[in-house]
Amino acid sequence: MAAKSRTANRITETRGDKRLNITLLVVLGAFSVSVLYPLIYVMSASLSETSAVTSGEVWLFPIGFSTNAYTAVFESPLLFRSILNSLFYAGMVIAIGTFATMAGGYALSRRDLPGRNLLTFAFMITMLFSGGMIPTYLVVRDLGLLNTVWSMILPGAVSVWQLIISRAFFSQTIPHELLESAKMDGASDFTFFFKVVLPLSVPVLAVNMLLYGVTTWNAYFNGLIYLTDEELYPLQLAMRNILVQNTFDPAKMAGVDPTKIAEMQAIAGKLKYALIVIASIPPLLAYPFVQKHFVKGMMIGSVKG
Amino acid sequence: MTQMLNTNDGTASTDSAHKGGAASGSTIRSNRPVPLLKRMARSWQLYVLLLPSLIWLVLFAYLPMYGLQIAFKEFNPIQGIIDSPWVGLAQFARFFESNNFGPLLWNTISLALYELIAGFPIPIVLALALNALRQKYLSRSVQLITYAPNFLSVVVVVGIIMMILDPQIGVVHQALGALGFEAPQFLTDPGWFRHIYVWSGIWQTAGFSAIMYLAALSSVPPELHEAAKVDGASLFRRTLHIDLPSIMPIAVILLILSVGNILNTGFEKVLLLQNPLNLTVSQVIDTYVYEVGLKSPIPQFSYATAIGLFKSVVGLILLLAVNFFANKTTKSGLF
Repeated sequence: MAAKSRTANRITETRGDKRLNITLLVVLGAFSVSVLYPLIYVMSASLSETSAVTSGEVWLFPIGFSTNAYTAVFESPLLFRSILNSLFYAGMVIAIGTFATMAGGYALSRRDLPGRNLLTFAFMITMLFSGGMIPTYLVVRDLGLLNTVWSMILPGAVSVWQLIISRAFFSQTIPHELLESAKMDGASDFTFFFKVVLPLSVPVLAVNMLLYGVTTWNAYFNGLIYLTDEELYPLQLAMRNILVQNTFDPAKMAGVDPTKIAEMQAIAGKLKYALIVIASIPPLLAYPFVQKHFVKGMMIGSVKG
Repeated sequence: MTQMLNTNDGTASTDSAHKGGAASGSTIRSNRPVPLLKRMARSWQLYVLLLPSLIWLVLFAYLPMYGLQIAFKEFNPIQGIIDSPWVGLAQFARFFESNNFGPLLWNTISLALYELIAGFPIPIVLALALNALRQKYLSRSVQLITYAPNFLSVVVVVGIIMMILDPQIGVVHQALGALGFEAPQFLTDPGWFRHIYVWSGIWQTAGFSAIMYLAALSSVPPELHEAAKVDGASLFRRTLHIDLPSIMPIAVILLILSVGNILNTGFEKVLLLQNPLNLTVSQVIDTYVYEVGLKSPIPQFSYATAIGLFKSVVGLILLLAVNFFANKTTKSGLF
């Protein structure tokens, strides 16, 4: 900060600028390290020898090497099940949510849709005001979804914010003339949407899929209030119970085999690190993959005109 | 976001001009060349495309709003939502008079304000710094690193916090011990709760929030910088007087949104960081709604709904007020 104000008072251009640049490098470097360090630490701990983790020796790089925590996660019926559940829920929401959002967003972007403004308003108002936790819970309960996979899929299947962003994307990128010429050639609205609009909208399609996938994979709270059957738990909820609530029951995790139970007991601490890494992999993998589209799609839909 | 809402207005006006100025007026409907019903029938395929999201909207957004009426009733599971007896504002009165009201409101607002004051300027500074850095490849790598944590789940972030701040084997505890300090009880000491909540949030989201600003900065014409350079302006001056003003409109909008959401503090994360020892500062309105409405063995649906409704209404009023203020002063409100 001191360096900054000094450079401000000096007009001697190059030297002051150089000094500011160095300050920026140091500050940005420190920030990057502080962002990276926790991630590296958790990764290292999950791969170190069990004894090094329990005694707290690991601080940056792995000490020894062992993947037994990962094997334990995949061998634990309950944890493995929760990973499969999360993949299933995310896949379903990606499919249902992306389709509903693209189709609905496109319909609302059409200037010739009767009632378009009223319908758009009906969607947008829910971003400002909602029923809240308890009334939503009662709806899910009254629909008979409690403790079913649908309670993990349907309530979060459509994001109004994403729908509005997609609508803005369509109304800015699909010219009306294109529709007119397609109509001239006898295309119906369905044909136009599926054959013309969708192929032109890959960025926003990718953004929707990424956001639905990541949001669903990351969610734990719906599971907490809607599910009682542990067989249906998503990974995040199973993790929350182990990491945060510290309710770790080796017998439940490992199944009935007594040697497995003893093993599980020994690596309980390390297992937490492995779980964190496993839960972080899909979002971290998805992000560079769709990053290009993401920034592009988001910008077109939101800030850029 | 602005553009999104502006577009709405823009297209709406072209729309009505196009259609003879009657988007919603029912009186002039008969004067139209093509009657509404016929136009609706012609667009049936568009309605089919809209149907999935519309069904979702009715089921999971409007039915809960209808269910809000239990905030004014004494909900009884046997009688159901409609037949339960009305009690007027009794649930609200009970909340305002309870001893929890003051602390809950204070915890919610102070946590949110702290988050806003610390969390709002940092992405701006980060974006300005990234933009000013001469080594563009370093700027890109810093961006790539700092926005990676954004997509991590709250459970993962809180998990990492707990492992690092663990009172026995956590690295922070060990490092402080090696330096001869006694590490505080980060996770259970109420004094630490707000700092941990806010700064872990900045750790996670600052890099990503900077993207918006960086996009705005990339549209600053380079001629401005060149001209200023010729006039002898230093890099710092140029950042302050060219770059900063160019991101102000976006900053104002993001500020309005954050103030409007001030009562919706990241409740899922608060719930995870909460434990019986820090409850005095970590119990916020939303976690309290969860506690009395769903977690408790005798759930009080009506009472919890009333508390939630109180929060939504105050939040909405705040949003409208800030937006009004922004429109008056800078003409850059949301709607």
